Amino acid sequence: MHIPDGFINASTSLGAGAVAAGGIGVSLRRAAQTLQERQAPLAGLVAAYIFAVQMLNFPVAAGTSGHLLGGVLAAVLVGPWAAAICVAVVLVVQSLLFADGGVTALGLNITNMAIVGVFGGWAIFQLLRRALPATRPSVVASSGIAAGISVVLAACAFVLEYALGGTGGVSVGTVLAAMGGVHALIGIGEGVITALTVGVVLGVRPDLVHGAAYLQGPPLVLEGEPARPSGR
Amino acid sequence: MFLVGGLLVAVGLALLVSGFASSSPDGLEKVAQDKGFLETARDHLLDDGPLAGYQVAGVDNQRLSTGISGLIGVLITFGLGMALFALVRGLRSRGDDSEPTRAP
Repeated sequence: MHIPDGFINASTSLGAGAVAAGGIGVSLRRAAQTLQERQAPLAGLVAAYIFAVQMLNFPVAAGTSGHLLGGVLAAVLVGPWAAAICVAVVLVVQSLLFADGGVTALGLNITNMAIVGVFGGWAIFQLLRRALPATRPSVVASSGIAAGISVVLAACAFVLEYALGGTGGVSVGTVLAAMGGVHALIGIGEGVITALTVGVVLGVRPDLVHGAAYLQGPPLVLEGEPARPSGR
Repeated sequence: MFLVGGLLVAVGLALLVSGFASSSPDGLEKVAQDKGFLETARDHLLDDGPLAGYQVAGVDNQRLSTGISGLIGVLITFGLGMALFALVRGLRSRGDDSEPTRAP
């Protein structure tokens, strides 16, 4: 969903740039307040992982591919503030080094994927996991569903930008229907990949899953040590 | 070590799998193509960079080129991410070693 230069006019791109800068600025401050010691290297890893999987386009329809966005995955692992930063870092590297996503479109892309995708998806994750029993499968399911929806939300953000400043002459309704449809399909892939990854990390290192911190799991027992209540 | 394992996975995916990814246009590009606004796209300002388009200048085999570009991207992103988050942690008031406030 990387917008190239030229799709959206300058004023809308600038406006999105302001939104992006504000959103990432807030995220940096909040991450500074809430990022726990052990999460920092994980956050770097999450950014690297998102970069990698964003290269793995999978076919979704005839002549069309999709790829992971990764915003909800990142949020479930390291929290929404760090996640927004991770996605933004990936987008900047992609744009500046790989010519993927326009340089003047960075504000748009960061707004859509790092802000809307992450925080919209995180909100849905929170709603879902509160509605479900407090179990690991609930975390996995909520992650997957929220991730799938986040892709559609990001696509809708593009449609809004297009409505405000699209340079093409195509009607907004047409773009909305087309973007919504294809990104619903891509969202399915996103949901599956997110659920799988969260499931794996939950199985191996549940303490690294920020989104599962609310679970009252059995006390972590280290070899040779007596069981003690898990603190946080 | 989870970190090492995770990084190996990311590196493996980028280096070995990315060359086999679908080359069909992604959702946005396809919509733009079908609906007729793709031509409003301008050339990327950095289109002649050595890694532009996930191809390493000078490596002829396309899959290998993609893979190497992916490896470079993963490592740079990891390094940048680590540096940024180390900076972010350092932004907490100096000398304050208390546990951070719970995330919302």
